[in-house]
Amino acid sequence: MDNTRRKFLKIAGAAALAGIGAPAIVKLTSHTAFASEEAGKAAPTHGDTAAHGETASTGVRLGMVIDMRVFADQPMLLDQAIAACNKVHNIPHFPDRKNEIKWIWKAPYANVFPEQAVLHKSEMAKTKPFAVLCNHCDNPSCVRVCPTKATFVQPENGIVGMDFHRCIGCRFCMAACPYGARSFNWQDPRPFITSYNPDFPTRMRGVVEKCNFCGERLALGLEPACVEACGGTGAMVFGDLNDPASEIRGVLDREFTIQRNPAAGTRPSVYYIV
Amino acid sequence: MYNKGTIIPGLVIFIVFVTFPLWYNGLNAGTVPKPDLPVGEKECVAPAAEMRDTHMKLLNEWRDAVLRDNDRVIVKVGGKEYRKGLQLACMQCHTDKVKFCDSCHTYAAVSPTCWDCHLTPAEAASKKETH
Repeated sequence: MDNTRRKFLKIAGAAALAGIGAPAIVKLTSHTAFASEEAGKAAPTHGDTAAHGETASTGVRLGMVIDMRVFADQPMLLDQAIAACNKVHNIPHFPDRKNEIKWIWKAPYANVFPEQAVLHKSEMAKTKPFAVLCNHCDNPSCVRVCPTKATFVQPENGIVGMDFHRCIGCRFCMAACPYGARSFNWQDPRPFITSYNPDFPTRMRGVVEKCNFCGERLALGLEPACVEACGGTGAMVFGDLNDPASEIRGVLDREFTIQRNPAAGTRPSVYYIV
Repeated sequence: MYNKGTIIPGLVIFIVFVTFPLWYNGLNAGTVPKPDLPVGEKECVAPAAEMRDTHMKLLNEWRDAVLRDNDRVIVKVGGKEYRKGLQLACMQCHTDKVKFCDSCHTYAAVSPTCWDCHLTPAEAASKKETH
């Protein structure tokens, strides 16, 4: 009896030691392969983050520069741009702000650039509403989280598109977007649309929507509705960020611009002159 | 065979019950719907038989082409140019949803969700710009 108990304890102890020791041995023996793998991985990611916000994307990448100096001078201009967008895209107007559908909208400086909080702000930052819209990021967090691929980056032009047919209304994208650029249809939007554009659909209840950089207008060779509404004022400049000869790159070369929440790492395509 | 007396009448009742919709209508499928075709238009994107069978597939292909692949190539029908889309192409000729789309869809008891978002010409005209 004693003998068997002693034997049992020996075996149990040996088994416990082996169990604890095995992973360490495995780790030690495979250490070299592991290390080289990590080194190989680390190099490109390091290069990526070193650029900090600068894109590596090639081909056409549509973007926008918003010149807040012009909007500050002409207070009606932003309203016109918003109205133009709302009309073209059959955007409803809900009386209750919690149902609001926003493609391009107004927000105070403190909400647009919360990380740029300074004690003594300029008059514009203190008083003027800022134009905000989807940033059409190069690395969009909304696209990462979408479980149905209803939102995606169009490889031809870098637009972050939405396929309303596929949207299941889970609102992950709304949680993921650091800019609040997405709105959810809590109820049927149709009764709240004042005039229909027959060339564009409406949305239905339970679908998320956002700015599409007027993909349907670009196909016809038109500028986005908001840019068109600003006319030749230069308040909004639209173009290909990857084309060094484009008008938008000219503006970006000349002016100092800032972007919303660069620390989020989404690499936005919308720039602000403040 | 056990319980012949209950199984056979049971089977008969079951078959009669299952085929009720057929014999109740006198083995007649009802009047076949005649969708109103657009006046003066002779051609569609594809021959009528093909459109009848596969218009839903074509619409899905257009949807994916326009939204996903950014392929908004114009479709040419009988000399006229249309942009791909239910509102932009189809309903330019087939203007009346009730008399065209619904006539067959109701008969076949299918309820496509197209018009949850897409506007029929009648709906689009109901809220026109007022200035």
